[in-house]
Amino acid sequence: MALLEVRDLSVVFQRKGEEPFAAVDGISFDVSPGQMVGLVGESGCGKSVTSLAIMGLLPQRGVRVEGTVEFEGKDLLRLSDRELADRRGRDLGMVFQDPLSSVNPVIPIGVQVSEVLERHEGLRRREAALRSAELLDRVGIPDPSRRLKEYPHQLSGGMRQRALIAMALACKPRLLIADEPTTALDVTIQAQILSLLSELVRDTGTALIMITHDLGVVAGMCDEVNVLYGGRIVERAGRHELFAEPRHPYTAGLLASIPRLDAPRGDRLTPIRGSVADNIPWAGGCAFAPRCPNAVDACVERSPEMTRDGERLLRCHNPVGRPAPSEEVPVQ
Amino acid sequence: MAIGTSRKERIDSLAESSASETGVSLAASAWRRLRRNPVFLVGASIIGLFVLLALLAPVLAPHDPGVRMLADQVSRATNSIPPAQEGHPFGGDQHGRDLFSRVLLGSQQTLLVAVLATVIGLGGGLTLGTLAGAFGGWVDSLVMRIVDVMLSVPSLLLAVSIGALFSSQTQFTVILAVAIVQIPVFARLLRGTMLAQRESDHVLAARSLGVRQRSIVFRHMLPNALGPVIVQSTLVLAVAIIDAAALSFLGLGAADDSVPEWGQMLGNAQNVIDSHPHLAFWPAACIIVVALGFTLVGESLRDALDPKRRR
Repeated sequence: MALLEVRDLSVVFQRKGEEPFAAVDGISFDVSPGQMVGLVGESGCGKSVTSLAIMGLLPQRGVRVEGTVEFEGKDLLRLSDRELADRRGRDLGMVFQDPLSSVNPVIPIGVQVSEVLERHEGLRRREAALRSAELLDRVGIPDPSRRLKEYPHQLSGGMRQRALIAMALACKPRLLIADEPTTALDVTIQAQILSLLSELVRDTGTALIMITHDLGVVAGMCDEVNVLYGGRIVERAGRHELFAEPRHPYTAGLLASIPRLDAPRGDRLTPIRGSVADNIPWAGGCAFAPRCPNAVDACVERSPEMTRDGERLLRCHNPVGRPAPSEEVPVQ
Repeated sequence: MAIGTSRKERIDSLAESSASETGVSLAASAWRRLRRNPVFLVGASIIGLFVLLALLAPVLAPHDPGVRMLADQVSRATNSIPPAQEGHPFGGDQHGRDLFSRVLLGSQQTLLVAVLATVIGLGGGLTLGTLAGAFGGWVDSLVMRIVDVMLSVPSLLLAVSIGALFSSQTQFTVILAVAIVQIPVFARLLRGTMLAQRESDHVLAARSLGVRQRSIVFRHMLPNALGPVIVQSTLVLAVAIIDAAALSFLGLGAADDSVPEWGQMLGNAQNVIDSHPHLAFWPAACIIVVALGFTLVGESLRDALDPKRRR
């Protein structure tokens, strides 16, 4: 049985006097215990909103969340604020994009780590401090007992991200959501943080949802990859299948735009034409159609349904390589 | 060799400058800039001087401020207002009491009123601002509408009205009136910074860890939102001094004038200002200088704590 079952999750932002906007438009996916699942896409495709919706951290006004998010059989979207707060940090952890602004600048790191342990495991201050030191040590922060007393501005970006990972994993959550955890860091630090994450997740059996725009990150760690476009999943496949044979033109475009070491010098990168701003609403066709090199008439006439091709899910009228599989997947 | 040393020096000086920049807390860097700011130094010296005078006033005052001079010291020609003379550098007031001692002791009342009114106003403002900023929604709307109503009345007018509400005016009613006027200023300011904190990344991160609402408000939001409020409170000290003096001047202060207070002295000097302007001059000058001292400190503190101006 899956640890997390997301079914038909939609997040609609509505402001007074404005058209409602669906940032996430009927997303379904599963995460099994210990599995690493990637959510990939460019800015504005709904990655972060999906993660905030799962955590119940979206603002309460002006947002409509639909569908179900079942965690161990319990729908997180139906829990009360109090029940949800009890689960956050204990069962569900999250690591954010920007380690510089995601720590409280006015209290020492140690207090922030201890706070989680005191909150969820009822530890006394002294025990919590000991455990915090162990945790900092575990995430590779040298001299942890000294660092515990330091304020965030005394730590480097990489250190702070390590501290944040320590906080998120303090109570051994069964699901960790990492929302672009390396975007704000140096490339050298990125690799360290990623290997730390995958090592910790493997050791503790925690399931991981990795949210990123960086296919390199996904290639390194995820078992299964969901490619998002305009708030919908357009392709889902195992890591190897996806990279070996991208079927959706958007996935293919993302892969083609990565610079290659073995490409001849002077070769230009291959971008995806246009920007997210060119999207058409899914109701009238495929949101990606205006930017798609493979677009056919059908793409602007009717919205493509999710189709199954072996283990792969695909939402495209005219995929790369072979023609679209005929078997339609009923919305799970 | 010479080149070697100059290079070393250069590197050392670079290291020094970088060491002084990295890992310095906001408070430490603000203090470093304040120490070199002449505006702050002038303001702080003024405040320091008056605090010292207020503390030492009972010892320094040559005479009891409530006791009248003997009749032989009062010349009939001066309409019972004794001129400056041996032992009475400023002369006496309308009731023949030593003016110098009264001005000196007046500093106690003024500083007491300023500090108490600011503390009470700050307490009220923090409570309301925290309520509004932490809960949002209808609590926020309710609190802010009350605050808006209070802010829409000119502050001195509001203070006078509140002061006049009490059946018998004392120094404490002055303090209360001035404090209540300051509550909406603090509340509005704190509410704004609290709302900004609510949207901040670290509060979101704290919520993602399941931290309790109480802890989010008091540990993660409030301490980060306090900076502007602290600066504001030093500016409010100056306003409180002036407002309190104005209330006393208008006769809404303590009815009993045996305890000297600058605003009241100023009010009493009104009738004789043509013949004896010095009776008004000394208390007025003191009020202006003390208020200026607090304003200078407040302004320079605001600049020092402004992150955009951090170097």
